[in-house]
Amino acid sequence: MAFDAQAERNFKVVGTRVARPDGIDKVTGKAAYGADISAPGMLHGRILRSPHAHARIVSIDTSAAEALAGVKAVVTGADLAQPEDEGFADVAINCLARDKVLYDGHAVAAVAATSKSIAKQAIRLIKVDYAVLPHVTDVDAAMKPDAPVVQEGRALETVPAGMSQNVTTHCQFGHGDLDAGFAKADKIIERSFKTAATHQGYIEPQACMASLGSDGRGEVWCCTQGQYMVRANCAAVLGVEESQLRITSSEIGGGFGGKTSTFIEPVALALSRKAGKPVKIVMTRDEVLKATGPTISSSMDIKIGMTKDGRITAARGELRYSGGAYPNATVDMGAQAAFAAYDLEAVETVGWNAMTNRPKEIPYRAPGAPTSIYAVESVVDELCQELGLDPLDVRLLNAARKGTLSSYGPTFNDIGLVATLEAAKAHPHYTAPLGPNQGRGLSCGFWFNFGGNTCVSLNINDDGTVGVVEGNPDIGGSRASISMMAAEELGVPYDKVRTVIADTSSLGFNDITDGSRVTFAVGLATIEAARAAIKEMCRRIAKIWDIDEDAVIWEDGCAKPAGPNAGTHPPMSLAEIAAIAGNTGGPIAGHHEVNADGAGVSFGVHLCDTEVDPETGATKILRYTVFQDAGKAVHPDYVEGQMQGGAVQGIGWALNEEYIYGEDGRLQNAGFLDYRVPVASDLPDIETVILEIPNPGHPYGVRGVGETPIVPPLAAIANAVSRAAGVRMTELPMSPPRLLKAMTG
Amino acid sequence: MVRVKLWGSLRALADGEEWVEVEASNFKELLDALAEKHPGLAPQIKRGVSLALDGVIYREAWFTKIGPENEVILMPYMVGG
Repeated sequence: MAFDAQAERNFKVVGTRVARPDGIDKVTGKAAYGADISAPGMLHGRILRSPHAHARIVSIDTSAAEALAGVKAVVTGADLAQPEDEGFADVAINCLARDKVLYDGHAVAAVAATSKSIAKQAIRLIKVDYAVLPHVTDVDAAMKPDAPVVQEGRALETVPAGMSQNVTTHCQFGHGDLDAGFAKADKIIERSFKTAATHQGYIEPQACMASLGSDGRGEVWCCTQGQYMVRANCAAVLGVEESQLRITSSEIGGGFGGKTSTFIEPVALALSRKAGKPVKIVMTRDEVLKATGPTISSSMDIKIGMTKDGRITAARGELRYSGGAYPNATVDMGAQAAFAAYDLEAVETVGWNAMTNRPKEIPYRAPGAPTSIYAVESVVDELCQELGLDPLDVRLLNAARKGTLSSYGPTFNDIGLVATLEAAKAHPHYTAPLGPNQGRGLSCGFWFNFGGNTCVSLNINDDGTVGVVEGNPDIGGSRASISMMAAEELGVPYDKVRTVIADTSSLGFNDITDGSRVTFAVGLATIEAARAAIKEMCRRIAKIWDIDEDAVIWEDGCAKPAGPNAGTHPPMSLAEIAAIAGNTGGPIAGHHEVNADGAGVSFGVHLCDTEVDPETGATKILRYTVFQDAGKAVHPDYVEGQMQGGAVQGIGWALNEEYIYGEDGRLQNAGFLDYRVPVASDLPDIETVILEIPNPGHPYGVRGVGETPIVPPLAAIANAVSRAAGVRMTELPMSPPRLLKAMTG
Repeated sequence: MVRVKLWGSLRALADGEEWVEVEASNFKELLDALAEKHPGLAPQIKRGVSLALDGVIYREAWFTKIGPENEVILMPYMVGG
C-alpha cells in the first residue's frame, strides 16, 4: 500500500500526544497481567528443572509426587506430542525435555497441586536419574571439532562438512573485491570482540492459566507477544486442533522479543488435561533468567581499511553467534545488518551459529544487529582516532543513501541516515565540552522492520463511536496509535475510538508483535478498514440523496455531496449515518486482511558522553541523545519512549548485563541482584530527536521504531568509554572489574 | 527472464553462481523455478526466504509481480523481536 499521493497532508490526530488508553488502569493497578487471572477450582503448577548443563535422562520417578496429598497431576515430556516440524519439536522438548537436558534450568517435569506450597513440595519428590555429559557454554569452544555435541544432526546444508556438529548455520553476504579495497587503504584495523548473552529483562515474568477439557477444548490466558503463535505452539505440542484452543492475551509487562515463544502454556494445558481443572503457572525470576530466552552471545572479528581522508575502502566481518541449545538464524540478521550504514565498494560478512548448553535464544529487539554493529562501529571509531578524523564527518562521508548498493544485497531507496547524521552534527550535544576522564561516543544503527499477516475489524457503533479490533498485544502503545489512525481517517475525535485486542477465536490470524511491525502493518490495515467503512457510508448516503455513489465524498467526518450534479444536500456526520444504519442496510463495518510489505528500513544515530572512574572502573553515563528516522511519528510520546527504552536497555547491555556461567555450566547470576539492569538513578534524561522521513510503503508514511533504538547504544557507549579510559574496549559488558583491568593493564 | 542474486552461502548450492536467471513473473514462480533449476536451494526455500524487489523487502508475498527490469535479491527470512 503506497504512501498517500498528497502534496501536504494536514494531520489532525496523528502526530498529537493524546492520552494513552491504558494509563489509568496501569497506574491504579487495575490492569490485568498474566498472573492476575484466576478461575474457580484452579490448581497451581510448578516445574522441575535440570541442575545440570548437559545430561542424559536415565529415568524419572514421579510416584512419590503423585502420592502427595493435594497433587492432582504430574507430567513429563512423554505427555507431550512429538511434532514432525522441527520448529514445533524444539518448542516441545524445550517445554519438557525428553531424552536429554540441554542446559541448566531445562524443564524436566511439572506438577499441578491445590496450593503453591504443595506444588513446590511435590517437585522435590520427583526422582530424576541423570547421566551427566560434558558441556560447552562458550561459542568459540563449541565450534571446535572436539567440542561436546549439544544436539546431533542439526546443521543446515550451507554448513561445510568437517565442522563440529554444534555449527548449525553459515551465511555470507557482500560484494566487491576485498583485496583490492584493502590495498587502497592507508590504515587497516583488525579487532576481535566478544559480547555476553543478555536477557530482555521484562519486569513481568511469564504467566498463564490454562484449561483443557476431556472434550479436547481448551482456553489459555497468558502474557505473550502473540496469542496466535501460542495457539499454534500449544496445538502442535498437545496434538490438538487450533480451532479447539482459544488464547487470550493479557496486559503485558514488557516483551522486547522475549515473549515471542512459549515455555509454560503447553505444560499448563497438559497438566489441566490430566487434572481436569484449570492450572496456573507463574515463573519466578530465577526461572525467567534460566529458562526463557536470552539473546545470543557472540565472538566477532572485524577488519576495516580507510584512507587518510576517511573513506572506507574495504570491510570484512566474521560473526560467531550462539543462540543456546537449538539452531537459530539470528546470525543471518546480524550479518546482514553489520555494515548496512555504509556505502562500500568491497564488503563481506560471514556468519556462523553454534549450539551451546545455554537456554534457547529468543529474539531481543533487532535480533543479531546490536552485537555486529557494535563491533563494526568500534573499529570505525578506532580508525577515526588513529587517523585524527571527526567520527561524524567520517560517517557522513561513507553513509549509505538512496542508490547505495547495501552490504546485504538490495539497492537502498529513500533512507534517512544522512539526515539523521546531520541532525546529530547540528545538535549542541556534539560540541559540548568534556572534562577529565570523560569521552564521547557515536554510533549508527540500522534495522530492517517488516510488516506481516494482519487482520483488523472496525465497527461503526450506533451512537457514532468506533470500535477497532486488532490481534496484536499492545507492547508499545499500539492501542493508542491504532485508534489515532482510525480517528484520522474517519474524521472523528480520538476519544470516540476504542481499540481492543482480540482473542484467537474472535479475529483472523495475526503474526506476533515483533519486527517493529504493529504500528506499520496494523495501522495500514486499520486505515484500509476505515476506508472500507467510509465507502459503505457514502454508498448509503448516495441512496438517501438519490445521487451516484461517486458524487459523495468523505470530508471532516461527514459525507458531503460533490460534483456538478450532486445537489446541495447538507453534510451527514458519521454519528447521523450510524444512527440510521438499521434503516439503510444494517450495521456498518470495515475490515481488512493483509500480509503487509513495504515496512521500510530505519536508521538511528546515538551520541553518548561517559565518565570513567580510574580507581574503580565504574562508568557513569553523563549525557545521551538519540536521533532516529521514525517515518511519520503517530504518537510522539510513544516514539520517544521507544527511543529512550532502547537506549536504556543498550546501556545495561554495554555496561553490566551478562549471563555468567561457572565451570560446571550452571548460570551463576539468575536474579536481579546479580544480573544488573540499569535503574533510574544510573541514568541521565535520554534526549530524543525524531526525524520524520515518510516511508513510501505506508499511507501516512509510518515506519517501525521499536527495534532500531537498541542497535547503536553498545558501540556508542563502548566508543565513549574507550575514549574516556584511553584504551579500546573489545568485550561486553564493560563492567567495572573488566574496565579496571583494561585500564591498569 | 528474471535475474536473481543469491546470498553468498547459497552459491555453493547453485553451481557457484551469484546471479541466477529464471523464467518467472512473480515471487512464487521465481521460488519454484529456483528450486527446480538448483535443487540444492530447495531446503532453504522451504524453510523460508525474503525477496528484495527494487529495495523493498517482501517476506511471503507469492503473487508480487516481478519483471526483467526489477532488481531481485534473495534474502534470508526476516525475523524480529
